Amino acid sequence: MKQFAELFMNLDRTNKTNAKVELMKNYFLSASDEDKMWALTLFTGRRPSFKVNRTQVKEWAAAEANIPMWLFQESYQSVGDLGETISLILPRNGSEDSDKSLTEWFYYLGLLPKMTDEEKHDHILQAWSQLSQHETFVFNKLLMGSFRIGVSQTLVVRALAEATATDSNVIAHRVMGKWDPLETTFEKLILDEGENDNASRPYPFFLAYPIEGDVSNLGNPEDWFVEWKWDGIRSQIIYRNNELFIWTRGEELSTDKFPELHFLSSVLPNGTVLDGEIVSYIDNKPMPFNVLQTRIGRKNLTKKVLEEAPVAFIAYDIMEANGIDIRNLSQIQRRAQLEEIHKNMPVQSIFNLSPLVEFKEWSELHDLHPTSRENIAEGFMIKRKNSTYQVGRKKGDWWKWKIDPLSVDAVLIYAQKGSGRRAELFTDYTFAVWGDDGKLIPFAKAYSGLTDVEIGQVDYFIKRNIVEKFGPVRTVKPELVFEIGFEGINESTRHKSGIAVRFPRILRWRKDKKAAEADTLASLKGILELYK
Amino acid sequence: MATQSLLQFTGKSIYCSQADAHIDPWIPVDRAIITHAHSDHARWGSKHYLAHKDSEPILRLRLGPDISLQTVEYGEKFVINGVVFSLHPAGHIIGSAQVRVEYKGEVWVASGDYKLEDDKFCVPFEPVKCNVFITESTFGLPIYKWQPQQEIYSEIDNWFTQNRLEDKASILMGYSLGKMQRILKGIQLPKGPIYAHGAIYTLNDRLRQAGFDLPELTLVTKETDKKLFRGSLVLAPPSVDSSTWIRKFNPYSLGYCSGWMALRGAKNRRAVDQGFILSDHVDWPDLNTAVIESGAEKVYVTHGYTSIFSRWLNENGIEAGEVTTMYGNEEETEDRATGEGPESEGIENKKDMSPIPDDPDLKLS
Repeated sequence: MKQFAELFMNLDRTNKTNAKVELMKNYFLSASDEDKMWALTLFTGRRPSFKVNRTQVKEWAAAEANIPMWLFQESYQSVGDLGETISLILPRNGSEDSDKSLTEWFYYLGLLPKMTDEEKHDHILQAWSQLSQHETFVFNKLLMGSFRIGVSQTLVVRALAEATATDSNVIAHRVMGKWDPLETTFEKLILDEGENDNASRPYPFFLAYPIEGDVSNLGNPEDWFVEWKWDGIRSQIIYRNNELFIWTRGEELSTDKFPELHFLSSVLPNGTVLDGEIVSYIDNKPMPFNVLQTRIGRKNLTKKVLEEAPVAFIAYDIMEANGIDIRNLSQIQRRAQLEEIHKNMPVQSIFNLSPLVEFKEWSELHDLHPTSRENIAEGFMIKRKNSTYQVGRKKGDWWKWKIDPLSVDAVLIYAQKGSGRRAELFTDYTFAVWGDDGKLIPFAKAYSGLTDVEIGQVDYFIKRNIVEKFGPVRTVKPELVFEIGFEGINESTRHKSGIAVRFPRILRWRKDKKAAEADTLASLKGILELYK
Repeated sequence: MATQSLLQFTGKSIYCSQADAHIDPWIPVDRAIITHAHSDHARWGSKHYLAHKDSEPILRLRLGPDISLQTVEYGEKFVINGVVFSLHPAGHIIGSAQVRVEYKGEVWVASGDYKLEDDKFCVPFEPVKCNVFITESTFGLPIYKWQPQQEIYSEIDNWFTQNRLEDKASILMGYSLGKMQRILKGIQLPKGPIYAHGAIYTLNDRLRQAGFDLPELTLVTKETDKKLFRGSLVLAPPSVDSSTWIRKFNPYSLGYCSGWMALRGAKNRRAVDQGFILSDHVDWPDLNTAVIESGAEKVYVTHGYTSIFSRWLNENGIEAGEVTTMYGNEEETEDRATGEGPESEGIENKKDMSPIPDDPDLKLS
C-alpha cells in the first residue's frame, strides 16, 4: 500500500504528463504483478464496490475523532473530499505502520459486503489505525469507490506500453473491454499475445482535433472528406462470434440500452466493427441531443421511452471487416467497404450512412457551416482521404469544425464552493437572466470556462458580497455578468425559468457590462423557439 | 446603562475607550498598539505606535523610518489613563505579542496571531491568564493538525538534496516575515550561497543589522549568472510562482511552506512540486489548548473559522462570540488559497490602506 499511496500522491501533485507517465511506468516496473493488476483496475476506472454506506463511515470517523457531526460536515465542506477529510481528522499516534500490499487491502475490503454493520465498523476502524494519513486517504478512496485520479487512459496505456516494451496500440486494445481483476492476471491480460482475445473488445476510438485557423489552410479540398458532425453518442458496434456488442465513447458496454439496433446481429457479417454515432431519430430525421438525453441513464427502458426517443445509428467508419483489422487502410478504402455494408442493409433508416458533404471550394463550406444547427449537427468533421484509423486524439488527419455555441449574457447570483482542486474557492456558479417582472431568474449552473486568475478574482468578489447563506449556497450581490454558452436548449417543467440548457459554460467574463444590461428570459425563449 | 466593555470591536480596530488606544487599527489613529509587524496588523498612518522592541526594525522598514514608535519589553507594564497594558510573547513571528489589558481587576488579552510551537527564532508563546481572550482561528478546523516542525525541515532537506543531485534549483516559497527566518534556523543550510528574492533579502538584511542571528543571503539580481542557481537554494515570497521572475532559475523544483499545504486541493491549485505543511498559526489542538490555558470565561474569535470555532467552544462550555468585523463579512474572507492570512508581501506596498486584506492573486493580474 505504501508504494501505491506514494504513486497516487505523486501523480496528484504533478500536472506534467511526462512526469505522470514516468511515475506510472516506474510503478509498473517495480510493483508485484498482483498489485499492478489492481492499480490498472483503478487507473482504467473499474471501481469495485464494497457496499459501504457513506453516512455510516462519516459517523464512525467523527466518533473516532471525537467531534460532533456538524463539525465533521464543516470540515468536509472545507476539504471538498470525503476520504481526505476522514484521513485528516482521525487521531494519529505515529505507530501506523502496516505492510499490507494493495492486493491484500483489496482482499481485506472484499470481506466487507458479507459483514454486519458492527463488523464493518470494527473492520474499517482497524484498517484506519494501521495506515498513515496518505494511506488512509487512498484506502478511503478504495473503500468508497470514489477513486478518481488525474490520469487519462491514454497516459496509462503509454506507461504500460513503455514498461512492457509493447506497442501502445496493442496495450490500448488489451486494457479495453470486459475484464475482472479477480478472474484474470496481469500476465494474461497485458502480456499474453492472442490468448486474451475477447470478442467484445473494441478498438480505441480515433478522435479529432479542433481545427486550427481557417479551414482553407488544410490545402487541396480534393484531399478531404467532409461530413456533418452528429450530435449524439459516439459508439462502436461490434459483431463477432455471432454476438453483438455496442460500446460508447465512455468505454461503457451499452448493448442493452439500444434494443433498436439489435437487429444488426442478423444482418452484419461476422467480424465487423463499425464506428458511428447513435442519435435519436424520428420520421427519418435526427433529433437534437436532448431527446436522446431523456433515455440515457435510465435503467428501465419503458415502451413509452422507446416510443418517444427511438434511436438510429449513423455509421461513418469501419475498423474491422471479415474479422480483419483494416484500420491501416485509407479512409477512402474503408468508406467504400462501409458503403458496401450499408447497401445490403434491410432497414436503412435505422442504419444510416453519414453522408458526405459535397463541396469543391472551401468557401462553400463556409456558407454551409452556419446551417449546421438546422441539420441537427454540431458542425463539420473533416477527414483526410488517405488517412488510416488511428488511436486516440491525433493531430493532422481528422479535424472537427464546431459551430459556436448559443450564448446569452447572464448575472451571477448564487455561488458554492468547489471540491478537489477547487476546494475552498467559490467556483460553482448559478446564473440568471431578467424576467418580465424585473426579477432575476436562474437558468443555468456552470463550473468551467474561467482561468485560474479569473476564478481568484470572482472568488474574491463573492467572499465580499455575500447576501445570504442557504447551507453551502451563497446568494451573491447580482453584479458580475458573464457570457454563458450552451449547446442546446429545451423546454423544462422542472426549472423555474421553463427552459433547460445543455452543457452550459462560461465563455467569458463581461467586465464591460452591468447587471442591468444582461439578457432577458424573453431572449432565451426566442432562442428556444428557433432551435427546439 | 450597561458599562462599556474594556475592549470593543469597532470595525476599525480592537479599541480601548478608557485609554483611547487602538490595537492593530486599519485606519490611521492617534495611538496604535501593534501586536506584530505583518502588514494587516501594522498599518500605515497612525500618529503614535507602540510595539515590542523586536518589531522595531520591520515597522520602521515598512511604515517609514520616522514613525513615532515607543517600544517595550515583554512583560513591561505601561499605564494609560488607569489602564494597565503589557505585551507577552505570541510566538508567531519576531516581536509578535499578545496585548494584556487590565482595568479595575478585569483582564483581557488580544492575542493577534500566534502559535504554540517554539520556532527557535522568536520568543515562544506564553499563556496569559485572563477573563476574556481574543483569539484568531485561521486554522480553526479539526482537519488542521501540524506535524512537529523537525519532520517538515527533514522533508525540506531531502527535497533540496534530491534537487541538488538533479542539478536543479530549489525555489522555496513562504512568507518573507516569520516563515523565512524560521526556516533559516530550522533547515540544514547549504555550504554555498543562499539566494533570495528582494523582499526576503531586504528583511533579512535589516534583521541582521538589528543584531539578530541570521545567515547572510545573496540577492538575486538581473546580473546574477544563471549558472550559479544550478543546485542552489533560492528563497522567495509566495507571489513569485506565476511571475516571470521565476523563469531564470530553470530547471527548478518549486516548494511552498504553508499550513494550507495540508489540503490536496490547495496544494494542487498552487501547482507547486512540493508542499511543506509549516504554519506560523496554531493548529486545531493547540488552538484549543491556548483557549483552555488562558482560563478565560469568555472568548472572542476573530479572523479565520470564526463561527465554527465559537460554536465549538460554546458547545464545550466556554462562552464564545465571533467577531466578524475585522477582516470582512464572512469567515472565509481571507484568501486561503493563496496564502497564510492577509500579509502583503511587497515592502514598498505601505500606502495600502484598504480595509480588505491583500490578495496576492489579484495583485498579479
